[in-house]
Amino acid sequence: MNLTATIIFVSLFVFIAVLGFVSSRWRAGDLTQLHEWGLGGRRFGAWITWFLVGGDLYTAYTFIAVPALVFSVGAFGFFAVPYTVLVYPLAFSMLPRLWAVSRRHNFITASDFIRARFDSPSLALVVALTGIIATMPYIALQLIGIQVVIGALGFPSHGWLAELPLSMAFIILAVFTYTSGLRAPAMIAVVKDLLVYVTVIAVVIVVPLKMGGLGPIFAAIPSSKLLLTPPSGNNFGQYSSFVTLALGSALAVMLYPHALTALLSANSADTLRRNWIYLPAYSLMLGFIALLGYFAYAAGLDKLPEFKSYFGAYHAQFAVPGLLLHFFPPWFVGIGFAAIAIGALVPAAIMSIAAANLFTRNIYKEYINPACSDAQESHIAKLTSLLVKFGALLFIVLIPQQYAINLQLLGGILMLQILPAVATGLYTRWFDGKGLLLGWFAGVAWGAWMVSTLSFKGSVYNLHVFGYIIAGYAGFYALLLNLAVATAATALIRSAGFASTADRTLAADYIN
Amino acid sequence: MKHIVPAPVRKLGPLQIVLLAIPCVAVLVVPFYNRVEPTLFGIPFLYWWLCMWAPLSSVMIALVYKMITATSPE
Repeated sequence: MNLTATIIFVSLFVFIAVLGFVSSRWRAGDLTQLHEWGLGGRRFGAWITWFLVGGDLYTAYTFIAVPALVFSVGAFGFFAVPYTVLVYPLAFSMLPRLWAVSRRHNFITASDFIRARFDSPSLALVVALTGIIATMPYIALQLIGIQVVIGALGFPSHGWLAELPLSMAFIILAVFTYTSGLRAPAMIAVVKDLLVYVTVIAVVIVVPLKMGGLGPIFAAIPSSKLLLTPPSGNNFGQYSSFVTLALGSALAVMLYPHALTALLSANSADTLRRNWIYLPAYSLMLGFIALLGYFAYAAGLDKLPEFKSYFGAYHAQFAVPGLLLHFFPPWFVGIGFAAIAIGALVPAAIMSIAAANLFTRNIYKEYINPACSDAQESHIAKLTSLLVKFGALLFIVLIPQQYAINLQLLGGILMLQILPAVATGLYTRWFDGKGLLLGWFAGVAWGAWMVSTLSFKGSVYNLHVFGYIIAGYAGFYALLLNLAVATAATALIRSAGFASTADRTLAADYIN
Repeated sequence: MKHIVPAPVRKLGPLQIVLLAIPCVAVLVVPFYNRVEPTLFGIPFLYWWLCMWAPLSSVMIALVYKMITATSPE
């Protein structure tokens, strides 16, 4: 047991737990209203939104998984950088419209928007279910980040003693989310990001200094890993998969319920626009974090006898914790590990709030209790957030970790399939709800089929077209089919005169 | 609830869309950046090129923001 690191780690954890409880009084609102509990009253300004979105999209799992991928496969893992560079120009050009229409109609979820725009309860239900199903394994995945650092602190990696600290962390998370709503992760995100920035900057400076510069680190990487496999003959190599993964992930990320929750909690479209100027700072940091995979590889951490059992238990996911343990004094290890663990709590809290908002607004109020009062609505959302987190905890304790990773991959592919409805809906009412629904079914069915041929272990599918082998992100391919089906079906439905034109939003609602 | 009256914002024109598209294209032209040379402080081209576009995309977004919120038309 690493005592100094554990003490620092626990102290920081206690600090943010207190912060989580206190935050309900910050810019206090009436927490019996869903938009107060679930969107922080839509009152977050530029600074808080920056931390909230950053804390939300760059999760603990990112800090663990991206370097792990670079550690084990090399350049391909770097797709995370183009992916996050793509996000903000895209968001800047499209999402102020979503913010504006949501503010005018008090929409809390994407499903609320679809319900009003396309007059299609079934499309709205599908959008809500997609969000909930994709979010659940994502919450479970955050726990892996906590599990790895708890193991690295010297706690046993299996058995009830290993699960005790994890369960305690999650109970704290559940309780402060219940009492404070979105205000808790917003406040904790500030602490989390400061810890993350300090840790990453320290590692990026200290490790190359100790290893004789960046040159020797890159020189230690085999040339097959250093660059992407170029196309040869009829095969596109890694080029097509790199591009489709970056593009597909960028298009999917803002559709996730937790991303929309952070987006809609901003107090103005101007706050969002100014945010997207500064959010790429996180993308640069993600680039640095990805490089940590190479640092760990060059340092040969997996060959060190003291880390053998860890790499056995956590595989490449131990790359970053291993770097911290190998190059830094115990007190700094405590800070770095706390950054990772708290980095898991922030997105997990926002995700559970987002899933609860979806369930309450678009399933409970729509189908179970349409007459529920505002206070009941908020109460159900709080209970659902507890349930969602408890489910995620059971998931990670009872089911092999690999399942959560596989399900999260599948979730990303599902998430992308609501893009045609949400993105086209912001600009045009040409598409028909039934056509979009057919497109969604086609995309989900083909996406799931492609991933099943990969035994759910990956999301890069080899598409055979005209004798070429084009490896690409299954979610992206499914999206293309989805769009084609939605377009064709809408054209047919419109020409047959069956199209619904009802729309509760006005063109002016989207302008800000 | 306090109502915030947003400042009028102009629509994105062709120039603004091109500015926003530049970083997107720059990080997707894999055949161009999939190389080791020229290195920068020992970092192969692929890595510093991609990382460089994070701050550059900030600059592009800031330029577009200034253009669409400026009070006098350009």
